[in-house]
Amino acid sequence: MTETTYREALRAALEDAMATDPTILLIGEEVGLYGGAYGVTKGLLDRFGPERVIDAPISEPAIVGAAVGAAMTGSRPVAELMYVDFAGLVMDQLGNQAAKSRYMFGGQIAVPMVLRTQGGTGRSAAAQHSQSLEGWFLHTPGLRLAMPATVNDAYHLLRAALVQPDPVVFIEHKGLYTMKGPLDRDRPDADWGRALVRRPGRDLTIVTYSRMLHESLAAAEALAGQGIEAEVVDLRCLNPLDEAVPVASVRRTGRAMVVSEGVMTGGVAAELSARLQELCFDQLEEPILRIAGEDIPIPVSPDLERAAIPSAGLIAEAGLHLMRREVAEWAR
Amino acid sequence: MTSPDPGAAPVAAARNTAALDRYRMMRRIRSFEERVGEMFLRGESAGSMLHLSIGEEGVVGVTDAMVEGDSFTTHHRGHGVFLARGADPARMLAEIGGREIGYCRGKGGSMHIADRELGHLGANAIVGGGIPHVVGAGLSYRNHGTGQVSVAFFGDGAMQQGVLYEAMNMAALWRLPVVFCCINNQYGMGTRIDRASASVDFAARAGAFGLAGASADGADVEAVHAAAQDIFAGARAGRPGFIEVSAYRFHGHARMDKSPYRTAEEEAEGRRRDPVANARARLEAEGLADADALDRLDAEAAAEMDRALDAAVQATMPPLPSMFEDVYAPETPTPEPLRRRLARILNA
Repeated sequence: MTETTYREALRAALEDAMATDPTILLIGEEVGLYGGAYGVTKGLLDRFGPERVIDAPISEPAIVGAAVGAAMTGSRPVAELMYVDFAGLVMDQLGNQAAKSRYMFGGQIAVPMVLRTQGGTGRSAAAQHSQSLEGWFLHTPGLRLAMPATVNDAYHLLRAALVQPDPVVFIEHKGLYTMKGPLDRDRPDADWGRALVRRPGRDLTIVTYSRMLHESLAAAEALAGQGIEAEVVDLRCLNPLDEAVPVASVRRTGRAMVVSEGVMTGGVAAELSARLQELCFDQLEEPILRIAGEDIPIPVSPDLERAAIPSAGLIAEAGLHLMRREVAEWAR
Repeated sequence: MTSPDPGAAPVAAARNTAALDRYRMMRRIRSFEERVGEMFLRGESAGSMLHLSIGEEGVVGVTDAMVEGDSFTTHHRGHGVFLARGADPARMLAEIGGREIGYCRGKGGSMHIADRELGHLGANAIVGGGIPHVVGAGLSYRNHGTGQVSVAFFGDGAMQQGVLYEAMNMAALWRLPVVFCCINNQYGMGTRIDRASASVDFAARAGAFGLAGASADGADVEAVHAAAQDIFAGARAGRPGFIEVSAYRFHGHARMDKSPYRTAEEEAEGRRRDPVANARARLEAEGLADADALDRLDAEAAAEMDRALDAAVQATMPPLPSMFEDVYAPETPTPEPLRRRLARILNA
């Protein structure tokens, strides 16, 4: 067990996996000499050489397309998409090619690749470098989707992604790279695909993932000060989606909210609340709340950017409402 | 012709045998595509999105430059290429008819046919969609030192797609064992190439990216083959290349298209550039085969494809539960059918 950063855990996962599996290659913009736009691939070019750590021209569709072809022919590529916002450029290669090849070709051709990317707000990077687009990938059968929230998950979910037989979209959060936490290379928090109760509680359930886990935990702490015990569920993998853990929690608490940084309409929070409603209907005491991003592009000005996504304060207020407590000042 | 080289006569004989083989393959493709049309008219095909490669058989000059182990991707008009790389016509027609014994178990059809064993990494219905895959295959072959080449087959429509140029740039930059093959049949659906592109010197475009570029008359399969051999020799040595095979699309875009955007005169003129008829005339003229032998060969091809069509039509449709298979790898649970989920919700 060591204390390290989310960024270093990701780098260690790539390095350990590449040392174990010689078919792994990295391909993306600035992944080699530069060390990755957020420093995740630093040092890997020196260790593994330019045939396995490939600096690509700014050609996102062909980067992902090359990863698809490499995966079809015995390599295990990790394509890096510098920002998830560039997904619009690559959705054909991802959604029509990587995701559908196994199915269209009757199971003959697997595409075991990982698309590493990062998303989210927090750096005043504005509308084209701050989005949370996981909903797009959730809406595409054939893809796997993982979004680590902790240092240990950053390492272990990436290691697990690198042995999956199907294409995995792996979305890091730009606001977490410098976060410190414990890393135990021998002990994952849970298996790939399993959701985890990060904080137990009997009164209400907060279902969340990625950086919003930390806002949710802070909100749960604030609620505890008012005698409300919130259970916080970290989904970790959104596809496969582990329904069982959040459903069991909500059946116990009868109150739930889904917290997501992505915009509310048509998003992950909508999907989760629909599923919880279907499977927990008889136990629900209150409507399931979606605490999600405002339905707007992300603005650049820091105050506006912060207000565009959920905060611990908003989550705590929503918790008070679910418990029918007075809220001193709503919607500050 | 006399030659001081004692090996010249056997070499010439081998070339002649190969020319006859290429003719046989072109004739098989022609017969196959005619059966696809027949299958549609009989209501036995899955849908009407069937794109015949009649008129494009000269591509056999390119596929004949490939060797076992080479991989390839094709486009929506790729039946001929796949057949030329060794496909079983019965399993192809079965796939086109959505049958269980088809190459893709009735999941892909005409536009998404593939076969891992034969190196077919997939036919693609997104114009240009399969092109960058050969770059990745080239990376695998380069890194693993296998000596294989990967070939992207596509039409002139894809010459206007951005991903092609991204892929060309990468192949040239990284010196990958890759060949880009444009079968230029003059039409992207109903738009003739001069209405889609101001410049139609495609080999020059490839040259601008640092690729070896060639353009060959697809009505002359032997000319195509000679050009392709040079391109493939370069690609196998890490000098990726591009080859354009010019052709005329004899029929409409897909089965429902009656080609109202072009004249009967143009079609008649285009169909005179017939690679199959040309190859046959040449074999006869050069005395490599006589008319009787070629008639027999043509009849064998027709009979083979009749048998293939019979087998495909008689094959069973896939069972409904198979629709949930192969979304993900077999070791993972299949998606939950809606009815089962509804029962779980309503009985909860």
